[in-house]
Amino acid sequence: MTAQITNPVSGAEALTSTPGPAPSPPPSRLRRLARAALPGPAPGANGAAMYRRWWLPWLWTAPAVVCAVVFGVFPFLNTVLLSFTNAKPLGGAASFVGLDNYTRMLQDDDFWLATRNSILYAVIVVPLMVLLPLMLAVLVEKNLPGIGFFRSAFYTPVLASSVVVGLSWQWLLADDGLVNTWLEKAHLIKSAIPFLSDSWLILLSAMGLTLWKGLGWYMVFYLAALGNVPKELHEAAQMDGAGAVRRFFHITVPGVRTAMMLVGTLTGIGSLRVFTEIYMLGSSTGGPGGADRTLPFYIRDVGLDPITGNAGYGSAVSVALFALTLGLTLLAQRLTKEDES
Amino acid sequence: MSTAAVDKRRRLMPRWRDYGRPRELLVRYLLLLLVLGLTVGPLLWQLLASLKGTSEDVFGANATLLPHDPTLRAYRTVFDQVPVWSYIQNSLIVVALSVTSQLVFSTTAGYMLSKPAWKGRRAVWVVLIASMMFPFESIMVSLFISIRDLGLVDSLAGVWLPGFVGAINVMLMRGAFLAVPREIEDAAMLDGTSEWQRFRYLYLPSAWGAIMVVVINTFISAWDDFLWPLIVLRSEANMTLTLGLSRLQSSSFGYDQRMVMAGSVISVVPVLVLFVITQRWFYRGVASGAVKI
Repeated sequence: MTAQITNPVSGAEALTSTPGPAPSPPPSRLRRLARAALPGPAPGANGAAMYRRWWLPWLWTAPAVVCAVVFGVFPFLNTVLLSFTNAKPLGGAASFVGLDNYTRMLQDDDFWLATRNSILYAVIVVPLMVLLPLMLAVLVEKNLPGIGFFRSAFYTPVLASSVVVGLSWQWLLADDGLVNTWLEKAHLIKSAIPFLSDSWLILLSAMGLTLWKGLGWYMVFYLAALGNVPKELHEAAQMDGAGAVRRFFHITVPGVRTAMMLVGTLTGIGSLRVFTEIYMLGSSTGGPGGADRTLPFYIRDVGLDPITGNAGYGSAVSVALFALTLGLTLLAQRLTKEDES
Repeated sequence: MSTAAVDKRRRLMPRWRDYGRPRELLVRYLLLLLVLGLTVGPLLWQLLASLKGTSEDVFGANATLLPHDPTLRAYRTVFDQVPVWSYIQNSLIVVALSVTSQLVFSTTAGYMLSKPAWKGRRAVWVVLIASMMFPFESIMVSLFISIRDLGLVDSLAGVWLPGFVGAINVMLMRGAFLAVPREIEDAAMLDGTSEWQRFRYLYLPSAWGAIMVVVINTFISAWDDFLWPLIVLRSEANMTLTLGLSRLQSSSFGYDQRMVMAGSVISVVPVLVLFVITQRWFYRGVASGAVKI
């Protein structure tokens, strides 16, 4: 490359002077600059475009690269760095504290509680989220009259934001809410079930909310996969007298195995990210005394509170969350590989 | 009507028994209705409750499902007492900024990454993949500090900036551009088109489906986002709709549930409209495998 290219603008001007595909009146300076920033014609060997201006692909990919670096890679490296300091979220002097944050973390009961909640969330939600939407997809797969309406309707919870859905559930599950009222009317219970004040019930309700909101999404996901299961297998099995349940477990499930592994991985990672459900059902404290806080919730509480927050400690917990996510991803990858071989 | 015509109609219009045995059909529809009640029920109940007047109980032993005397009073109250317009405006600003930047920069980057002939695309690719490895929740502390250093705390730009352009969308666009047959591009080149023309008139229209997926996914995630706005925004004037709604609940307004219900309905409407207009692209977005729970 010649020296003129070290300055992109002057380089561009020099390069636009080479003959273009069609003769045109001398363009204005602005237009020349604009044209320099757009890829020009230059068919190269075997049809691949060769770029006369070497920096053009960089220019076109620059925003994505900058965003990935500034808001993806750098924050992670910075999180690791911060976890060795006692930085404050709103600024001020920060000093190096070595491994203090990590030793504090290991002795912090609230951290372990949040970790337990997050892991519990994944353990309970993942199997259900792998199976329930699949069953739903089987139910809506057959083209019956009005099935399009049902498919769309089952998808609507996906469209509502977690906050809206949370509000709705808050009142469904309140002591004098719809669920308790109906159960009392049916004489199934004597006093209201404390869905929103008992820490275990809050956690379970939040899981229910996650499942309810994800059902439609993964139903559509499975519908695509179900298209690849040969219909003949079902027909043959039906001829042999296999019932719907047996066909589900012996034909459908093996047929969509890959999709199930993927759904398991995605929902596992998603479970570790739960925040809004807990915030909406367990209030802004995250359940009574913070007993229902998940790891993201705990990170926000300890790391980002404007007054008491310690960004250094929050970063240490963030690193733990990342390690957990990475571990889960690797585990899922390994299981998928074993499953394939 | 002649028998032949009746026969023809029969053949064109499937009869119920063509769909299976009656008992199986009955079970299927009962299950469908049950799931319908479970999925849409809570949202429908929210809508119905928002239409109730103050004299009617929203819940408790005396509450009925249908409002006796439907009224839009709750909608008027929520607009009178809470700056809903300002919330909606703020949400729309974030959505518009995100959709625009995601669309422009994921197509340009995706296009270049679909082209083989430049050095460094592997490096770009690696950086993009790497940026996807970190869950947002595990870098949000550091992200907040970056936003603070940029002086963007409590600003809509601060909410928008981290979602400027996502690697997942770049990859989606790259895949769509790779699917354009080489022969068509070669033919266009022989016609003496510039690369910009090919990008604009060949590649972009071919990738229409992927573009819609990017728009829809960005729209919904920006409109529904909660945790990041909760961290960045402080003042009432800058709050987005999800934040405003969540505050409605905890403030004294929470006692008038009809009002909060009305607010929720307002927030669902734009997404619902988008869904109805672009339904088939919606489903493609799911198939693209974006992380969602």
